[in-house]
Amino acid sequence: MNERIKRLRQQSLDAVPYISMERAELLTRFYESETAERVSVPVARAFAFKYLLENKQLCINEGELIVGERGPAPKATPTYPEICTHTMNDFDVLHNREKVSFNVTDDAREIQAERIIPFWSGRSIRDRIFGEVDEEWKAAYDAGIFTEFMEQRAPGHTVLDNKIYKKGFLDFRKDIQLSLQDLDFYSDPEAFEKREQLKAMDLAADAIMLFAKRHAQELKVLAKNEADPQRKNELEQMARICECVPANAPETFWEALQYYWFVHLGVITELNTWDSFNPGRLDQHLLPFYERDLEAGILTKERARELLQSFWIKFNNQPAPPKVGVTAKESNTYTDFCLINLGGVKETGEDAANELTYLILDVIEEMRLLQPSSMVQVSKKNPDRLLLRALKIIKTGYGQPSLFNTDAIVPELVRQGKSIEDARNGGASGCVETGAFGKESYILTGYFNLPKVLEIVLNSGIDPMTGKQIGVGSGDPKDFKTFDDLFEAFEKQLRYFIDVKIKGNNIIERLWATYLPAPFLSILIDDCIRKGKDYNNGGARYNTSYIQGVGMGSITDSLTAIKYHVFDNHNLNLSEMFEALNADFDGFEQLRQTLIDETPKYGNDDDYPDQILRRIFESYFEAIDGRPNTKDGHHRVNLLPTTCHVYFGSVVGAMPDGRKAGEPLSEGISPVQGADRKGPTAVLKSAAKIDHLRTGGTLLNQKFTPQVLADEDGLVKLAHLIRSYFKMDGHHLQFNVVTAETLRKAQKEPDKYRDLIVRVAGYSDYFVDLGVELQNEIIKRTEQGLQ
Amino acid sequence: MTLSGTIFDIKKFAIHDGPGIRTTVFFKGCPLNCWWCHNPEGLKAELETLSVRVRSADSNSPHADKKEIVGHQVTVETVMEEIEKDVIFYDQSGGGVTLSGGEPLMQEEFLCALLEACKSRRINTAVDTSGYARWTLFERISGLVDEFLYDLKLIDDEYHSKYAGVSNELILENLRKLSEKEEKVIVRIPMIPGITDTGLNLEAIIGFLAPLKSIREIDLLPYNKLAEDKFKKFNMTSKLGQLPAQTEMELNDKAELFRVHGYSVKIGG
Repeated sequence: MNERIKRLRQQSLDAVPYISMERAELLTRFYESETAERVSVPVARAFAFKYLLENKQLCINEGELIVGERGPAPKATPTYPEICTHTMNDFDVLHNREKVSFNVTDDAREIQAERIIPFWSGRSIRDRIFGEVDEEWKAAYDAGIFTEFMEQRAPGHTVLDNKIYKKGFLDFRKDIQLSLQDLDFYSDPEAFEKREQLKAMDLAADAIMLFAKRHAQELKVLAKNEADPQRKNELEQMARICECVPANAPETFWEALQYYWFVHLGVITELNTWDSFNPGRLDQHLLPFYERDLEAGILTKERARELLQSFWIKFNNQPAPPKVGVTAKESNTYTDFCLINLGGVKETGEDAANELTYLILDVIEEMRLLQPSSMVQVSKKNPDRLLLRALKIIKTGYGQPSLFNTDAIVPELVRQGKSIEDARNGGASGCVETGAFGKESYILTGYFNLPKVLEIVLNSGIDPMTGKQIGVGSGDPKDFKTFDDLFEAFEKQLRYFIDVKIKGNNIIERLWATYLPAPFLSILIDDCIRKGKDYNNGGARYNTSYIQGVGMGSITDSLTAIKYHVFDNHNLNLSEMFEALNADFDGFEQLRQTLIDETPKYGNDDDYPDQILRRIFESYFEAIDGRPNTKDGHHRVNLLPTTCHVYFGSVVGAMPDGRKAGEPLSEGISPVQGADRKGPTAVLKSAAKIDHLRTGGTLLNQKFTPQVLADEDGLVKLAHLIRSYFKMDGHHLQFNVVTAETLRKAQKEPDKYRDLIVRVAGYSDYFVDLGVELQNEIIKRTEQGLQ
Repeated sequence: MTLSGTIFDIKKFAIHDGPGIRTTVFFKGCPLNCWWCHNPEGLKAELETLSVRVRSADSNSPHADKKEIVGHQVTVETVMEEIEKDVIFYDQSGGGVTLSGGEPLMQEEFLCALLEACKSRRINTAVDTSGYARWTLFERISGLVDEFLYDLKLIDDEYHSKYAGVSNELILENLRKLSEKEEKVIVRIPMIPGITDTGLNLEAIIGFLAPLKSIREIDLLPYNKLAEDKFKKFNMTSKLGQLPAQTEMELNDKAELFRVHGYSVKIGG
């Protein structure tokens, strides 16, 4: 990395996240205006977007090659009061909390108290959501049965395809005009609404072009005042680029990157969409520009590397929007889940890995930044050298890139009704979620606490934490004669809570569609323009709502323990089990050791627990898959936790698998921490017993000591291990390559380990930024390697 | 009645016991008694009951002694069930099963039955042996074994008797015969500082191997201290005492001794 990149990278690393009130103030000023009152909701949203981009302070950092910041400076983080109006207490929490904090100045507090709260209170979508959902939903939410993704952040989880590399926003405006012309007011009852949506998209297109022009102007001024002739030349060139894109389709590698970046800023300024936004298959999109520029002699490999590095730093400058409450617990990180996809297959099904794939992997290895995240799609058609190249980065312990199975992703998408081409052009985003890039709105609606459901069953519908009846009657467990009796009660309770969640989803989706359309994002996702419908209202070609199951390992081991000891071996009765659970095993340590050490556990390729795992998966799947959402799409399942297994664990008492009250649940589809005792092949075999192809993503974490990966031979064998898992349709696999000793040291002396990035669950994070429980849990995760 | 044998462990994802990803079955019982033995649980042929310290239910005395039985009596079917679980990994990586120990050749019928079962299921087999067994047994299994991992420790018989507890005459003779039969053999040398890793011993090994034309691969197994804890557990004292582990450079130098003679050498197996 050259001096320029080193400096910019350091600037990004040193920048301290703080709350910028700029967006909140501008937005509020606009909504106080007459315009906002005169026009329809979508048009007002578009005007607001334009107002933000016209008036926000520009930031061009010294020496940078790609320009544009979301806030007035790197890591200046805006708030989105129309979504979540932070209370003064929220601001205190954000400022003072130990992990993932944001500086809040006195000025910011004053603005929040005097301008923002008075205007937005009661109007924010968060307030509307909690006002509209029913009591059953609230009771389940408060008990920690599920979380709600859309209470502080916008529906997002979407990724761009290659359309911006072929069209400029002038072209998109033409498409919008065509759609407007095609409106049929004689026979389409929705024609008026469509016109409003399309007008809004047109305004949003105009806004992003204006934003780029403002940068061009600023760059010209900087160029004029620049003494260094080389930088002067660069600034002039950048000014020209910002005049061309995003109004027009990009013509060079540099233009393509800058174009994407404006689009990225547009999306994350319009709303705080979950998983920020994401260029997706970057090595595919950029390849034509790379090859053309190299041939034309206007780009060298080194310059391409430098531009990519500069591009990487831009992502790292944008922390995830500030989260509070349950949302902060379920996703407590600065990372905003922008997951760059590499490798995989082309639309035609051919191996898509190319020269640029390897160059981008070099960049990932060298930059070692928290953001963006990165992954390699591994298809059976991709060469082994691609996998080995990725493993060489993984072995450095950085936690990136993660590995995905293209040969699972494609059939997962096809099963959900996507065309084979859209599936092959897709990939995974966020943590592990599959999507048809550029064509799908796939919303994660919330995590679902599977072990908590069992706890409610064992307490006859009552949450023992509060003593409140929150479930339905599923029978007195003391009357259960067989394991099937118990399992049926579990299924009944599960279906009830899923019903509550889905009803809530179908209300919340309408609130977003009604009050917070996303005209800018709608331009970017097919077929919003063609349909004249907003992204948040079913405009996308495919519309999927996920409910993410958490704690598969914990629920499997708990049900297994009951079946094994109570119903099969009769060495324990349910009353004794309840007594022990209610006492949090205090005075029952012997029993607890039996439950831990002498019970079949998921993760050991043992069919006894693994059949129960399958049964739980089927019940969960049956309760959710195929049920309609409000956007002409369906609910689907996936299995991932981000950091929610820690929060969910905190609301679940002692469990029959020997877990004590409050401890984290198992994460993703990984076995309970320490329960897997037969090594990685057994874990992978067990995990593959879930039917991954009927999910929209699963998350499996494996930890290896560096010794396993020390030599080429070890890497090759690890590659075989991964290929085997993928042959069995495994969706995703990620590795932590660190010793427990290193992690313990980092816990004791965090200052010395500021740069230690570990794989958490679907993403990487700074180890020292994690809460102590999560730190402990990562240490505890079984070290799979040989000594 | 099905045939059974005594093992002390089945280890999956074994990546240092032959090609690819393997499952290693550790037989219990060994005719040798090497000072540096890494698997003391494999020494005695019979099941052993040990007292081990464990977490205790009583918070006043956090540790308790718990009886632990070392070794299992298992049938061929049970072992094959475990082995077959990882077939997908063997097929992908060119791996298979390694029968190790202890000394697998000490349980002749069980060994043969397992090897036959593997062969009938087309699973690649490796046998990790001290070489201390009658030749007729090697002849009996040779058609069932894809690869021998053959331990060679010391050429000087006096030293061998002292450090390994038996003469090396039979071991060297069997190795010579396996080579003549052109069996696939990888010679594995434990690198015990000052005992087996001396220039004198390594040169003697090279001299011994020189006429055995079919042997082209050598694994040097670095000394490590893992065994010490195990010895304590078995109430045995290691006669070896504290030895410094070799550095990577030292190991590479020793590997070079073999490489100049055209051997393909792996450090760590």
